Amino acid sequence: MKHFSFGKFLAHFFLLIIVFIWVIPTFGLLISSLRDKDQVALTGWWTALKHNEFNEIVRTEKSTVQFEENGVFIITGNLLKSAPSKSVLNFGITSKNPKAFEAPSKVTMKNGSIFYLQKDGSYRWTSDKEFKHKKGKRIFLTVSTPPSLTLANYKEVLVFRGIGQSFINSLTVAVPSTIIPLIIGAFAAYALSWMNFYGRDLIFATIVCLLVVPLQMSLIPILTVYNQIGNFFGVSAKSYVGIWFAHTGFGLPLKIFLLRNFIKSLPHEMFEAARVDGASHYQIFMKIILPLSIPAFASIGILQFLWVWNDLLVALVFLDKMPSEIVLTSRLREMLGEFSQNWEILTTSAFVSMIVPLFVFLSLQRYFIRGLVAGSVKG
Amino acid sequence: MSFINFIVYVVIGVSAVISYFVIANWAHDYLVGKFSKRNLQDSMFRPWIFMAPALIILLVYLIYPVSETIRLSFFDNYGREFTGVSNYVWALNDSDFRQSILNNFLWLIFVPTTCTFLGLTIATLADRVWWGVFAKTLIFMPMAISFVGASVIWKFVYEYRGAGNDQIGILNAIIVYFGGDPHAWIAIPFWNNFFLMIIMIWIQTGLAMVIFSAALRAIPEETLEAARIDGASEVRIFFYIIIPFLSETIVVIWTTITILVLKVFDIVLAMTNGQWGTEVLANLMFDWMFRGGGDSGRGSTIALFIMLGVIPIMIWNLRRFKMEQEK
Repeated sequence: MKHFSFGKFLAHFFLLIIVFIWVIPTFGLLISSLRDKDQVALTGWWTALKHNEFNEIVRTEKSTVQFEENGVFIITGNLLKSAPSKSVLNFGITSKNPKAFEAPSKVTMKNGSIFYLQKDGSYRWTSDKEFKHKKGKRIFLTVSTPPSLTLANYKEVLVFRGIGQSFINSLTVAVPSTIIPLIIGAFAAYALSWMNFYGRDLIFATIVCLLVVPLQMSLIPILTVYNQIGNFFGVSAKSYVGIWFAHTGFGLPLKIFLLRNFIKSLPHEMFEAARVDGASHYQIFMKIILPLSIPAFASIGILQFLWVWNDLLVALVFLDKMPSEIVLTSRLREMLGEFSQNWEILTTSAFVSMIVPLFVFLSLQRYFIRGLVAGSVKG
Repeated sequence: MSFINFIVYVVIGVSAVISYFVIANWAHDYLVGKFSKRNLQDSMFRPWIFMAPALIILLVYLIYPVSETIRLSFFDNYGREFTGVSNYVWALNDSDFRQSILNNFLWLIFVPTTCTFLGLTIATLADRVWWGVFAKTLIFMPMAISFVGASVIWKFVYEYRGAGNDQIGILNAIIVYFGGDPHAWIAIPFWNNFFLMIIMIWIQTGLAMVIFSAALRAIPEETLEAARIDGASEVRIFFYIIIPFLSETIVVIWTTITILVLKVFDIVLAMTNGQWGTEVLANLMFDWMFRGGGDSGRGSTIALFIMLGVIPIMIWNLRRFKMEQEK
């Protein structure tokens, strides 16, 4: 039995490693989107949850702010600009030894003045003689910042970088592009499974072929047609209606195929009984098939919705890049060039684009998987 | 304001489609009832009312474009003048095109193989541990994410800072931690292709895993039990019983991922835009669609090469469908 438990241990071990590798990239994205933008650029996201130390060079106040008290000249101020979350660990007064003293401590300067620095960055600098320096004295600090997570990046991208608008644009593309092919596909699937008409098998065989046709084959001719329609009516060739029907066209073969398999699998007797009662095909479809197909609609609808939401190619070709039309994926791709070093913007925008798919995935996982499995087991 | 627009758009678009079916069927019932003695149940018009929108859309968005793309591949950049096979000659001599073909082959070999292997491994392992369902959920999650989103995630993983600086990309950070030198991974010719492929594998392994999981559950317990009683080791059972049982599933996963990989576009566009020797057919085609006002001849030719890749799968699908019909 020892052999068996060792195998079990290996299964736990390897699976744990794989899951870890799979999750880490997304986790890094999420953490980065919640970090302060200066820290994102300087340190790895894995350091976000511990105190960060970094070195800073700051200057004291100028001599103009000094005041005299009982014959002693005093300058006070705060080297950390009163940022309450930061604290001084070490400081120094020469570049040779920037970590010479531990805060808080009193240091005697070369000119005999006494510099007293607290952990919170506030200092009191006293001297018997009048201060004469024009520029503030340089102080070398080692500052510790606590882990701080912020939603500031989200506000930034949603409001100022057009991601909020793009989010709505994506919805405007995705919702009709999901519902329209489902309706059209359901009627066609019903006709293909339970109605007799000339050419039915040929049509279905064609649909089976169209299942795998790459959409690249359609792009140029449809774009040309759209441009001609646009020119003829003097309107833009790129519109929401145009992309709805493009997505409908590209998704329709699979929708028809899956719905037909589903409708055909429903019990035949039920259908016969309705016929005997005198129901027309339209009535049977509306009153019997539609209610029974809700789970199938859910699976196939989720599949199509995520496909459209995540699509980039169709959106690039058939939608404009102006703010009122650009979808999330398209905007994100633009940002990769525009803000290639601003990882706080990129990670946050990417996460916003994932919120809807992740929500759909986590809440409707069962339907999603069912649709995917059915969709891949073609023919 | 824009959210109201969204609602209005959606309501108009969807209700237009619904009203077609309602009105057409109502008109049909009214007219047939008035002018024909035939039973409404067996009307010969009804199937076409049901089929019409689907047929028109398939015709406009798939069948016409396919034939038009074939035609355009023999024409010049504006699609006006017949130029014979000159686009094909151009393609075969173009270095970007050759690079794309080569890279697409690389993707076709590497991605489906790795996804299948990893998917089967994970499905098998997850069956043996109590937290298997949870593990599968996490590994499956990238399936929900867009290719562009995944590209941002992985670009951040591969992020490079000059040696001596703090690495903010985790891959370089790990390498530096173990004493190696950081690299700009996506700019290293040839090997960068694999760094892009990893993104696709990261996304698609979940699909393979889920399908394998379902298939593994379908293996009859008695068969496995009988083999164990006969003294077969777990490894032997895996190779002599489970693998043959899964052969059809493997083919399905293979073809699904192959079709996807043939069309790979978003990842390459977002990560490198085909630079540093990572060009693929779909990205090259997109490029030619718009480069210098667009070259429909060359674009169509490249699209046809993608189509060429799916034709064997199409024929195979069709044969399976015919077999099913004859049953």
